[in-house]
Formats: sequence, C-alpha cells, structure tokens
Amino acid sequence: MIEMLYVRGRRFLRRIMTRPRIDLPLATGLLLLAFIGLVTLYSAGDGNLALVGGQAGRFALGGALLLLISRIPPQVLRSWTPWLYAGSTALLVVVAVLGEGRGSIRWLDLGVMRFQPSELLKLTMPMMVAWYLHPRRLPPGWGDIAVVGLLIAIPAGLIAEQPDLGTAVLVTAAGTFALFLSGMAWWRIGVLLAAVGGMIPVAWHFLHQYQRDRVLTLLNPESDPLGNGWHIIQSQIAVGSGGIFGKGWQHSTQSRLDFLPEHTTDFIFAVFSEEFGLVGVAALITLYAFIIGRCLWIAMEARETYSRLLAGAIGMSFFVYVFVNGGMIAGMLPVVGVPLPLISYGGTSAVSLLVAFGVLMSIHANRKRHA
Amino acid sequence: MKRRSIKDTRHEGALFRRRALVGFALIVVSLGLLMARFAYLQVVRHDEFVTRAQNNRVKPRAIPPARGLIYDRNGVLLADNVPAFRLEVVPEQVKDMPALLAQLGRVVPLDHDDLDAFAKQLKQNRRFESVPLKMHLTEDEIDRFAVNRWRFPGVDVVPYLTRRYPLGEAFAHVVGYVGRIDADDVDRLDPVRYKGTSHVGRSGVERSYEDMLHGQPGYELVEVNADGRTQRVLETHAPTPGSNLYLSIDSRLQRAAEAAFEGRPGAAVAIDPRNGQVLAMVSVPTFDPNLFVNGISQVDYDALTHNPDKPLYNRALRGVYPPGSTVKPLVGLAGLETGFRKPQDTVFSTGVFYIPGQSRGYRDDVRGGSGRVNLMQAIEQSVNTYFYKLALDMGIDRLSSYLAKFSFGRPTGVDLIGEASGVLPSRAWKAAHSREPWYPGETVIAGIGQGYWAVTPLQLAHAIATFAGHGIPYEPRVVMATQQGMDAPRKPLPNPPSGPSLIANPADWDAVNQGMQMVIYGAKGTGRTLAAGFPYLMAGKSGTAERFSRTTNAYDTNRNTAYLASRHRAWFVAYAPADNPQIAVAVLLESGAWGASASGPIVRKILDVWLAEQGGVLAGATRLPAPTTAAARTPLPATTPTDDEEIPVAPLPEGGTP
Repeated sequence: MIEMLYVRGRRFLRRIMTRPRIDLPLATGLLLLAFIGLVTLYSAGDGNLALVGGQAGRFALGGALLLLISRIPPQVLRSWTPWLYAGSTALLVVVAVLGEGRGSIRWLDLGVMRFQPSELLKLTMPMMVAWYLHPRRLPPGWGDIAVVGLLIAIPAGLIAEQPDLGTAVLVTAAGTFALFLSGMAWWRIGVLLAAVGGMIPVAWHFLHQYQRDRVLTLLNPESDPLGNGWHIIQSQIAVGSGGIFGKGWQHSTQSRLDFLPEHTTDFIFAVFSEEFGLVGVAALITLYAFIIGRCLWIAMEARETYSRLLAGAIGMSFFVYVFVNGGMIAGMLPVVGVPLPLISYGGTSAVSLLVAFGVLMSIHANRKRHA
Repeated sequence: MKRRSIKDTRHEGALFRRRALVGFALIVVSLGLLMARFAYLQVVRHDEFVTRAQNNRVKPRAIPPARGLIYDRNGVLLADNVPAFRLEVVPEQVKDMPALLAQLGRVVPLDHDDLDAFAKQLKQNRRFESVPLKMHLTEDEIDRFAVNRWRFPGVDVVPYLTRRYPLGEAFAHVVGYVGRIDADDVDRLDPVRYKGTSHVGRSGVERSYEDMLHGQPGYELVEVNADGRTQRVLETHAPTPGSNLYLSIDSRLQRAAEAAFEGRPGAAVAIDPRNGQVLAMVSVPTFDPNLFVNGISQVDYDALTHNPDKPLYNRALRGVYPPGSTVKPLVGLAGLETGFRKPQDTVFSTGVFYIPGQSRGYRDDVRGGSGRVNLMQAIEQSVNTYFYKLALDMGIDRLSSYLAKFSFGRPTGVDLIGEASGVLPSRAWKAAHSREPWYPGETVIAGIGQGYWAVTPLQLAHAIATFAGHGIPYEPRVVMATQQGMDAPRKPLPNPPSGPSLIANPADWDAVNQGMQMVIYGAKGTGRTLAAGFPYLMAGKSGTAERFSRTTNAYDTNRNTAYLASRHRAWFVAYAPADNPQIAVAVLLESGAWGASASGPIVRKILDVWLAEQGGVLAGATRLPAPTTAAARTPLPATTPTDDEEIPVAPLPEGGTP
C-alpha cells in the first residue's frame, strides 16, 4: 500500500518536472516579474541579502504549488469549490469569534504560523461565483444576480467587519468580475452601478473614523504630517523626482534616507519609480498588462463556463492589485494595505498569487482543442 | 433540468469573448490613466519634485502632550507631572545597535524590561525618530553618561515629564498608576497619538480615563543635515495637553477612612446618594503607586505579591464577599414592594425555623428566639426567622428579580475598569453553575444574605446609596469634572439617573428607614453603641457573614473574639442623615468578629470626618439635641460582641431544639 503510494507519488512528481502543463508566455511573464521584484527589493532593502533570499524562497514555494495545482483538472477544482468556499467563509467566522490582531482582527494563530483567512477568499470567491453560474443559463437574470450578490456579500461583509476594507474590496471585485464576464446585461450593470453610487453616502457613514481620515488625508495630505499624509507626500516626491529615466538602481535617496515609509512592502513601487523613472514604470505596467491579457486569452480558450469565468476573474482581479497599489503610490487613491503583486516583500501575497496562477495553468492545460 | 436544455454554450462562449475584450479594453484604459498620472508626476512636475527631494531635509518630530493632572474634589493634587531625564537613541545614527547597547550598559545599567520595550518600539518608529531607552535617570547616571557621551553618537539625555502621586498609598487603588508602554501596548495604542509618549495608564482612573488624560501630540519640523542630524527647528505646532480630572473623592475623608482600618484588611466605600458620586473608596492594605511609574524593582514587586494580605488587590472593586445581614433591609423592602408583607405584619421567632414538612432547622442567633417581631424590629434586632419566612413566602424568583434592580449580581457601572459582578442567588445563576436543582433551603438562606450571595463593597455601598436616595439609581462615579488647561473652568461630567425610582411606594421606604434607624437608636439595636454624639440621625445595618460552613462543634464552644474573627466577615452599612440622606457608607473587614463592633466604628469615623468636612452643619436635616452628659462625645467603648448578632445556617441535629 505504502509502496504503491510512493510509486504513484514519484510518477506524479516526475510528470510535473518533465512535462509541466504550463503556458509558456504566462510563465515567462511571471518569472520576469519575480526577477524585477527581487532586484527592486535588493535596492529597497538597503542591500539586505537575507530579505531577498527569503523572498526568493517564497517564490520557490509558490512556484512548486503552481506546478502542483496545474496538474489538478478544472473539473476536480469545480467539484471542490463549494467546500473550499464554505470552509474559507467558516474560517472568517472563526476569526470574527476568536481571532487576534492589532486593532483589527484578521489573523488566526495556528501555533506554528499566523494565518489570514481573508487571503483565501481572493481565490475561493471567484471559484464559487463561477461554480454557481456554470450550470445556469447565461446571461444571468435578476434571480441569479441576487444569489451571486449574496455569495459575495457574506464573506466580504465579514472581512469589512474585521475591519480590512482593502481586502474586502479585492474579494468583492474578484466575485463581481466573474459576474461581469458571465455576460450580465449592460442595462442591469447600469442599474446596479446607479444603486451602488446612491449607497456611497450611506457607506461613508459606516466607515471607521480612521478609514474616513485616510480618504480625507488624500485630499489634503499636509493635514496629517505624522501619519498617512506624510506617506502620500514622500511617495509622490520619490516618484516625481525619478523623472523620465530614473536615478538608477540603488540610488533612491528617498528610500535611503528613510523618508519613504514601508519601502520594502506597500510602497516599493515608489522606490522602483524613483530608480527607473517613467521608462521603468511604463515597462512594468506593460508587463502587467501583458500578464492580464494572457490570462484573459487563456480564459477565452477554456473549455467550459466554470473555467472561463474563473480564469477571467483571476486575471481581472490581478489588475485591481496593480491599479490600487499604483494609484496609492501616485497619490490618486487613499492609503490601503494592498501590495504590488510579486514585487512587494511579503510571503502570503506572493504564495497565494502563484497558487491562483496554478489554477490558470490547469485551465490552460485543459483548453479547447482546435480542429 | 429545463434550464440546462436551454443553455446555449456556443452563444455563451461568444458572449464571454466579447465581455473579456471589453474588460481588457477597460483595463488598458485604466492602466493608461495610471501611466498618465505617473507621467504627470515624473515629467510635468519633475523639476519641482527634484528640488523637494534635494531639499528634503525637513523631518517632522513628535512632541508628546503633557498628561492631564488629577485632583480630588477640593483641588488637592493627586497625580502630578514632574520633570525627569531619560536616555534616548536615534536609530539611524547608530551603526551597530547591539554593540552600542552592550557598551552603554556598562555606563548606565540597562535591565531586561528597558531592552525589550526599546526593541519593540524600535520597529514601530521611523529610523530618524529617537526612541526612549531608559527612564528616570539618577543624577549619578546622568553624570556618568555625560563623561562618556562622546563614545555614543545618537544617544542623548532628554528631559521629559514623569508622573508622581503625592498622596501615594491613600489613592493607589482609585487613581491607579501609569506604567511604561510595553510591547503589548504598542500593538494596542494608536501609533500617531502615542508618538513620543513613553507612559500609559495602567490601572484605576489613570487607565479608565486614559483617553481624556492623554491629549494630542504636536510636532515640530526640524531641519536635518545629510547625515540626518538635527540642525534647527523650523516651526512648532504645540501639543494639546490632556484634560485635568477632578475626582468626587475627598482626600481627607479618604485618608481618614484608610487610617480607621489600622492596617486590617478590608474595604470601605462612601457614596453620595443624591448623585452617585463616590466620596471615598479605600482598600486596605495598599501600596505606593510611585514604585510602578518607572518600572518597579523585582525586590519591591516580590514583596507586594508575596504579602499574604495582597496589597495590590482592590478589595473595594474586585473583592467579593457574602453580604450577610446587610441585605436584610432590602429583602424587607422587596417584601413590602411586592405586597407580601405590610410593615406591621409580625412573625414569631422561636430560635429555629423549619420549612414546613422538613426537619432541617435554620437558626436564629438568640437562643429561644426574639418573640413576635414586625419588620422594623426584625431589622433592628436582625431576626433571621422573619427573613427566612419572608424569602420562602416570596420565592427566590421574585426576591432575586427585585434585588437585581439594585445592581447585585452585575457590575454597578462605576467608571473604573475591572469591577467584579458578584452573585445574586437565582435559579438562572444556579442552573449555569451546577446540575443540581434549586432547593427551598437555598431560598431561605438567601433571605439573610448567605448561600450563593457574593457582593463587592462597592456594590453594597451602591445598593445602600440607591435605597438611601429614595430608590433613584445613579451609577457610581469617581470622576466628577474635567478641565481643559489650568485656568479653564471645571466642566462637570453629567451623571443622570439610570432610570426612575426603584421604590414605588414611599411608605415602604419610610418603614425600612425606620427599621434601620432602630438598629442605631433602638434598645435592642445591633448598632446601638454607634450613635453617641453624632448630631444627625443615622440609619444602618450590621452584617456578620460566615466564611466557612461549620464542620465541627468548635464554633459553639470557642467564642473568643480572635477565633470568631478568623471565621467571620464583618460588615456595617449606614447612611446619614436618615431624614435627608447625603452619604451612604459600606465597610467590610475581612476578619472581624462582629459587624457592628468591628466595622461599625470605622463607619462612624468616616461619618464624623465627612460631617466635619461639611462644616459640621447639614442642610435640610434635623439636628439632634446635644447630649446632656459632660462628655459630649464619649469615645466609642471597646465593646464586647453583643449576643444579638446573627449567626446563620447551622443545621441542627435531627429533631433537636436549641
């Protein structure tokens, strides 16, 4: 019995190594991004090799998970979906009941490591929406839209309650993209958008004071010189002083002299912009656009509705990360804790993103056969 | 299944393709927008930002606010800020932090707590912001550092304000103390508001009013050179100091109350029934809060924690004890208000009470009983049988739901953190704590404050104050006013009653009030030794609760005071003047032989000092004629225990007679 498992396990591993089911253009894009990430991190972290090594280790772990998941057929993922969704939502409830964290409650302490269940929803949410819409007649009517809305609202509400507005927005976006891609009629989209727009003043009322402060600080950064206002000002100085060609690798004075906060994590894009200038920014954003485009192409090639919606939603939510983080760096959006994908230092984000790309690889491997 | 048959996969594929393309187009437009913003910053405003980056020599530096001061009700200072010196380190100016700390430790001793807090705060702060390393340097340490200063770039001696408690021990349990911000606090506190602040309220008012006391930090913009060293201050935005607080406690009363205990463990709480203001709150023994401000030494801390009398334990707020007979007036009130008794209804006390049909006896404390007594007499002489029968007639549900209104079994809502709830006996409480059903015998003993009963001195004082104030419930408050800045007027903190009066019929109040006056003035009153020389009407009630159940006959044979004190909790509650109550007091001695003789004199001392503080004259109350004897105010006799104290819950032998 054990012998058999061992043999099967070895065969499985060999298949992963020798015949990886990956999409080469996407894999190349991700590798390039990870490389840029490590190079920038080396500079932003003042040449701290341990920092870069740790991040490389996490990329390796994420890459291994990507290869593993790429072997799991989408049909299997689909059959697991309700359980994964229910499990991750249940964990959110557990966090709400007994979680721990500073000020906001996001983490579960597993003894060995601390773990943030809301991170799981970034993947299980679009999976669930795709699973629900898969057997339905599309485009969806009001009934299905309402069910999907509920599927999104429950976990998103729990996350917003923690309070972690940044993640709540990302999770909501992931689910909403799946709904958008399912072909929901434009007039229905218009009605919903109008309704959401009408809700904004109400939502403002329910925000925590510190969340309102962040938005107000954006409008007038000078009002908060000890907190977020300082972040916004220093980040813009870093970006702006980079100019067209940048100051060159390891020449970011803003980061060196410690004017820039969180310069290895959420604000690493500012260091990149200062060192590589507009040219570097254009190249990086183009690379992101390429990866997103490739995701959507894989989605179009997918064989069935579940895979299509899931791949499309993952690709589009990848965009949200880039846009929210970039917007924050450039002083267009308030300061929220959203990392720049595969560039910012941090394990959870890198690993969970690579797991999501593993799902995309699996969808790609099971694509339509063209005659 | 019908739906599925309609599902048009080819159409859906095409639909998805169109949506994906639209989505991608939107994404490209958005990314283009982002690019445009970067181009605007990096091309259009490039020159401006280059200049700002080059001139980026200005850094903000937090100025911590001065903590609000704390006064008693007459403006006596209870918590002060005094200047002191501390060591601070600017991390970015230090090349090798561990080496620096090791070398510095040889000049100025650094202990574990210093280093832990420093390491944690180091991670929180920006590298150019200085981090406090060691508080409250001695003159000697300052001198030694000054000589060696050249060896430690980035380390400096900085003046700051530290907390001092001039009245120390008397207010340790009320005012509490501040302590150095530690690793856990760093997670809890708002990093912007506490930037530059080293201490935070740890207990008492210092903790529960932390938000008001702290204030808002200001900042100064300082110019630094290329190495990050401060050159000059460009502009200063002053911090907003925290609000000053005025306690409703009178410090003279507080100190007199503490002294009256003569070191015996116990607690006293005095409350103004007219507004819920706490006039004194004492827990004995106590400790010196000043020891905690700059980190208590291990020796001092061990001495406090190993002391068997537990000086750190706030008995007034957290200690729970059976209330014994002190609840009898309220049980009687419950009987009147629920219509089970009229004041003149009598009960015949034979010395032992039986539940009909049961052979187990419940004792009175006078052998042979007190005869026929009405409510007033039952309170005066603390006749158990009257309350046994009343509790049994009412039933536990009516009794506990009425008494719950007086905050038994739940926090009183005082403005201090950590209040204990105590236990009000009820079916619900027992169901939650035991599998046994509720027994009628438990109802009987609940009627005299025994059994599951547990109250804090604060709860009992609050209940008596609520009664004395004609049933109008006020949450107890120790802080009565705030003040923003030294010369600003005091702003009273409102404390409206939490509801309408708990007493529906004023005649019920009169009857119980009369009974409680008879405790002091009646010929058989348990507190009759306490009245001598007090110029206003007092009302009170003694209580002697057993700490253990009797397992041997030693109790009956061994009646000396020391032995009884080891077995009893001694309570006395009182209010005055009985015709217009303005103060209510509860006093507990953890080891007192009898409520009236041990705790009664402490109550009397509190009332005397309080009266003197009012100028000796009270408005709206009858002044008693001065005693005719030459000794106008005889010292209280050291009484031997009167025999008419209540001794509850002694099961008699089957069929036995006392």
